[in-house]
Amino acid sequence: MRALLDVYIQQFKTTLAAQVQYRAALVIWTIGHILDPVIYLVVWSTVARSSGGSVGGFDTGEFAAYFIALMLVNHATFSWLMWEYDYRIRHGDLSFALLRPIHPIHADIADNVSFKLITFTVMLPIAAGLAMVFHPTLHLVPWAAMAFVPVLILAFIVRFLVEWTLAMAAFWTTRVSAINQMYFVVVLFLSGQVAPLELFPFPIQVVAAILPFRWTIGFPVELLLGRLTPIEALTGFAVQVAWLALSLALLRIIWRAGVRLYSAVGA
Amino acid sequence: MSSAIHIRDLCKTYVVSEREAGVLAALQSLVHRHTEEVNAVDGLTFDVAPGEIVGFLGPNGAGKTTTLKMLSGLLHPTAGEVAVLDYVPWRREKAFLRQITLVMGQRNQLVWDIPAIDSFELNRAIYRIPQADYRRTLDELTDLLELGPLLRKPVRNLSLGERMKCEIAAALLHRPQVLFLDEPTIGLDVTMQRRIRTFIGEYNHRYGATVLLTSHYMADVEALCRRVVVIHHGKLLFDGELSRLVQRFTAHKTIVVQLGDCLADLHAYGEVMTCEDGHVTLRVPKAETARVTERLLADLPVVDLTVEDPPIEEVIEQVFAQE
Repeated sequence: MRALLDVYIQQFKTTLAAQVQYRAALVIWTIGHILDPVIYLVVWSTVARSSGGSVGGFDTGEFAAYFIALMLVNHATFSWLMWEYDYRIRHGDLSFALLRPIHPIHADIADNVSFKLITFTVMLPIAAGLAMVFHPTLHLVPWAAMAFVPVLILAFIVRFLVEWTLAMAAFWTTRVSAINQMYFVVVLFLSGQVAPLELFPFPIQVVAAILPFRWTIGFPVELLLGRLTPIEALTGFAVQVAWLALSLALLRIIWRAGVRLYSAVGA
Repeated sequence: MSSAIHIRDLCKTYVVSEREAGVLAALQSLVHRHTEEVNAVDGLTFDVAPGEIVGFLGPNGAGKTTTLKMLSGLLHPTAGEVAVLDYVPWRREKAFLRQITLVMGQRNQLVWDIPAIDSFELNRAIYRIPQADYRRTLDELTDLLELGPLLRKPVRNLSLGERMKCEIAAALLHRPQVLFLDEPTIGLDVTMQRRIRTFIGEYNHRYGATVLLTSHYMADVEALCRRVVVIHHGKLLFDGELSRLVQRFTAHKTIVVQLGDCLADLHAYGEVMTCEDGHVTLRVPKAETARVTERLLADLPVVDLTVEDPPIEEVIEQVFAQE
């Protein structure tokens, strides 16, 4: 465990050092993550105002709170693995990773977390700025705010494992960008990024409850905003834990199969 | 453990899809994909003793890299046995990975944007090298490879040779017992090649490490390897001492004659290879070497005469040409 911690510390140092070299790229990524929720926020505020002040239980202030929190949660939990994995396999980077006595996912986690450490120094002031412009209404509930921390961490881990697992499709196909596009559309609608899931028709809510995406984005946001009862929060937490176990198991199985294929066809 | 590397009847078959050039062929391949099996490694058998340096030779596409990848656990053999330090490589057990290294001259593992020393620290953590050992090994490698001023510059600012030295150091920090070196000196200038060559010898000597080395530079092989394994089309062609390779595959000797003043025509004595500044190089069948030498000395005003084996490059070229 201490050895693994050492690896993480060193990996943090290297990726931090490497990433600050690409400040422009960081800014561009970050702008993308700000723009999307701001657009949805503006659209939904307009809709709310034109339909008498609120839509499906959200007024403009609540929409503002929802999308600002969503921006932060989405940024905290996103990864770029699915865009990179194919390159790794085709260019032999994976070979180097396989020669090391450690699972390559650790480097990815450290890489991701260090990226977030840097970019959150920008995201938080921007969130504060957006709050001044859009006047969110926050009903902070102490227990919910406290529960938000472990829920967010679980959300990050589950989303990371799910995306790492999906990224391994690159072992079997060279057409990963098609899969990626489909994935991002599904996530966009079923995670609560386009609109709070409460506003969707019931069948879609059911599908969203089954899939993991809602539990990694929409659920932490709703919890933070105090929109959930303790029972709903606990249920959500349980679903997160279930997805954690399932995604870990899937990741292991698919990783083994993928590496077996990789070492059969030529690394 | 009798041998560090053990290979028996090792095979690797790739299935490759192939098609003719052109749009029509591309469309056809959508419906019916024509595949072909390629035997990259085809029944290879050899052993390497602990501490031995073996040159692993063959033309491009002979199966050298495929074999090295099977030995380091990146590729699963199609058939046959392979063991390295008594481990089955493709299982990639951590204890195994900590004792080997694979250096590929054309690939980099160092992080491009940061100084090499930071990548080294990361390797220290990954390989769980105790701090004291790490310091000592790093000092030794820095000394042997003259890394001092390079370690703190971003890797992208280093020259190819400097980067290769850092790559090699990074690959050896955990002091592997078995080194697979695939063209470690490719693209480097002569001085840098010699430096790296000397270093490999020194590392082998100091730590008793086993080295399997591929190189297109015969100088590397001559300087480091007493024994060579030559493969062609995935099959073993020769396994033995370098000097025996020369004896076995050359039916010729080279006679260099220096003549006093006249530029006589020596075609009657053998095949004239070169003729410069009064030095004539002749190629003669091995069996006739003594007789030709005798005749040359008797017939001509010879100032100097030497009989040599042909250069190793030439021998290797002939070996591959025969197949």
